[in-house]
Amino acid sequence: MSEKKKLSRRKFLVRGGIGTIGVVALGTYVFRNPMRRKVYELSETVVPPYSGAGTEANLWFEVTKDNQVVLYSPKVEMGQGVFTGIAQIAAEELDVAVEQIQVVAAATSTGVIDGLSTGGSLSIASLWQPLREMAATLREMVKGEAAKKMGVGTSSLTTSNGVVSGGGKEMTFAEALEGVVEWNLPDTPELRPNRQYKFVGKPVKRVDLMPKIIGDPIFGMDAEMPGMLHACIIRKEHIGATLKSVDTSKAEQMPGVVKVVKIDDWVGVVAKSFPQALAAKNKLDIEWDIPKKWTEAEIKDMLQVGKGNEMITQKTGSALDPEEEGVVSIEFTSPIGAHAQIEPNGAVAEVKDGKATIIMSTQVVALTRQQVAEALDLSEEDVNIIPTYLGGGFGRRLDTRHAIEAARLSQAVGKPVKYFFTRKEEFQHDQFRPPTHHVMRGKLNEDGLLEGLEHHYASGDVVINAPLFPAAMNTVLGTDLGAMRGGNIQYDKVPSHRAVQWHTTLPFATSSWRSLGLLANTFAIESFVDEMAIKAGKDPVAFRLAHISNEGNGKRLKAVIEKAGEFYKDGVTNGRAMGIATSIDAGSPCAQVVELSIENGEIKVHKVTCVFDCGIAVNPDQVKAQCEGSIIMGMSAAMHEKMTIKDGKLFPTIYGPYRMALMRHAPKEIDVILIEGADKPLPVGEPPLGPIGAAVGNALRRLTGQRLTDLPMGLA
Amino acid sequence: MKIAFNINGQPQEVDVDGNTPLLWVVRDMLNLKGTKFGCGKAACGACTLHVDGEAIRSCSYAVKFAEGKNITTIEGLGTAEKLHPVQQAWMEEVVPQCGYCQPGFMMATAALLEKVPNPTDEDIDNNIVNVCRCATYYRMRKAIHRAAEINRSANSITQ
Repeated sequence: MSEKKKLSRRKFLVRGGIGTIGVVALGTYVFRNPMRRKVYELSETVVPPYSGAGTEANLWFEVTKDNQVVLYSPKVEMGQGVFTGIAQIAAEELDVAVEQIQVVAAATSTGVIDGLSTGGSLSIASLWQPLREMAATLREMVKGEAAKKMGVGTSSLTTSNGVVSGGGKEMTFAEALEGVVEWNLPDTPELRPNRQYKFVGKPVKRVDLMPKIIGDPIFGMDAEMPGMLHACIIRKEHIGATLKSVDTSKAEQMPGVVKVVKIDDWVGVVAKSFPQALAAKNKLDIEWDIPKKWTEAEIKDMLQVGKGNEMITQKTGSALDPEEEGVVSIEFTSPIGAHAQIEPNGAVAEVKDGKATIIMSTQVVALTRQQVAEALDLSEEDVNIIPTYLGGGFGRRLDTRHAIEAARLSQAVGKPVKYFFTRKEEFQHDQFRPPTHHVMRGKLNEDGLLEGLEHHYASGDVVINAPLFPAAMNTVLGTDLGAMRGGNIQYDKVPSHRAVQWHTTLPFATSSWRSLGLLANTFAIESFVDEMAIKAGKDPVAFRLAHISNEGNGKRLKAVIEKAGEFYKDGVTNGRAMGIATSIDAGSPCAQVVELSIENGEIKVHKVTCVFDCGIAVNPDQVKAQCEGSIIMGMSAAMHEKMTIKDGKLFPTIYGPYRMALMRHAPKEIDVILIEGADKPLPVGEPPLGPIGAAVGNALRRLTGQRLTDLPMGLA
Repeated sequence: MKIAFNINGQPQEVDVDGNTPLLWVVRDMLNLKGTKFGCGKAACGACTLHVDGEAIRSCSYAVKFAEGKNITTIEGLGTAEKLHPVQQAWMEEVVPQCGYCQPGFMMATAALLEKVPNPTDEDIDNNIVNVCRCATYYRMRKAIHRAAEINRSANSITQ
């Protein structure tokens, strides 16, 4: 890092037109339920503006002497391609080539600090406007300086590939900025119209491709500090267990051990190498206080529609009476899901002279800094979080409090310490996707159309109790907005439709897993709607279209269904059947058609056609990559994955027994069709995860006649 | 104990407990960080490297067994200037997302192609059994076929 600092030639203060609102505005009036529902609706469609530091002057860009532009990103790169996307967006207004831009994750000490997180599929959507404004502002500043040096008027100058030209002269950006100390900040220039984009909308290769191909040390796990030691921390195995006593004497005698550290209710072992720390940890004699051994049945019983905190999240028309003739009810469930990202959580920390420096993979830079500062009683300015590339995020790194433990261990031994979870600890101390229970109800009228459709769903915490979200928000809103993702009915022409959430906090941590409630909610709703179409004797495409109005995003939703419908065929051909499903998440509608058969007793998905509308696709190739990944990860969750509880512990604790989609399960054909139904980029990373579970289930229903209602779907 | 081996073409000697997993010797003693830790139980394949040409899950391979052998890691497979055909194919297909598991997949693929130069989809399904959480399998399969094709055209030129 110090090397880089020395190379810094110049830094530019650029004022961006950035809002400060993170979450949908709250007010006391939302205590009234109809108003609450309006807020719920907004939360499903509004892209909150980027909420980082930036209303004050900030460092976003740096032009180096060799005429490269360094872009300090407030968003971290966890595979979603954000570094590539923002390089394209910045290049557009800066008039430099994408290859001239080097994107680096901003350490908190640079001042570019995201107020919330890298998550919610919001990075590109929320940076689209402010980043272009800042890039355009920098370009005009460069032109202003060049005009002075060249002795010509600014209006006669043009910019291209990082070069200013005019009046027969040329000057690189770096030359124009040579010696400049004070800046004239121009008003935000007018941005370029859509049709003139040079870089946006092009399948530019990922800017991080080469380092990832040659195995460069870019991840948190790869970080080192001089004189660094390695640590392991003991973690409970039983849900709800607390440390009763520990005998450290044997561990202390183990080779390489520097110190066994006991702080409050946890114990860490610091050693010269990781294998030594691990071996010593296993020699700790620990007694746990296990108040009770939770069972799978108890968790299932807690998590039922009708139990916990009830909140109607959507309400039009009257409620269906489940006893009434013609009302169809089907129940669905989804299991506990693990994040299972391959890079374990961890951090390299150094606490020295009242300052903490932490290098790590995290989705929440600002929150982690705040947590470490509080725990160590430091000011936030004295804590520097240096984010690395993430070996997967998926929501698991929205709470990275283990940074505190690494910092405390460093404090205890007076040296930098690297700490990371073992795989067993990852599986037992995940913040899981909560299990869910759904009751779908519907009623057809005489014309075979829905007159009522209801989704009642029970979920554990998703954003409630997450440190990222203020506790007050949950009280005010009275519902878990994360569990609600995809939970409301999108078929707005059904005269009576409603969604009712039942929220329960479980005895183990549950939180955000890529797409939050969308995966399970869409599985329930879209499986049920398909069943009602079959019951009505109608084509599943036409049946869906008949129930969606042109209001709001209705037209865009219908467009993806119609397009996907072109690839859908009813019936069984050569032992294969198709299924269709759709969802709209965060304003991005998606429809998917699955073609599958059963081979050797296993479900074999051959082809998935995915029609997706995320507005402007800044990088169509990477939007497609996100769709492909979402489809296979969604298949993995819907067809293979399941955490259970055994002997009061979460189980399994290793890949393999935690079954996941592998190469042999992945479809050989995935066809992604992008529709640009909006004039700005909309969320990408999670919305395509919605339809896949139901699309698989619907295809199976047509192939076998059997309706599968429980995830993961397996053949009886 | 002292253990000597060749790694990426260079002779190397380490003084370490012989039961230490090769992964940690490679990562923390030799500072080759391209080989990744994922699970420590040979269940995910992120730590795959080659020992005498065989794909090995190095988190569960004691360093003492590497005595006198030739080890290749992702850093020795190819370089930015001279990519291995597998890396070349990975570039062309833009396979990586987060990228963490990719060195393991590329090492597993390179070893497969040595034995089965033109793998069928079934060969790929049966031999490439690492875990990728970003689920980049669709592009990986294309890249594996592409790597085989690059090898074929290279061979036809040299023959």
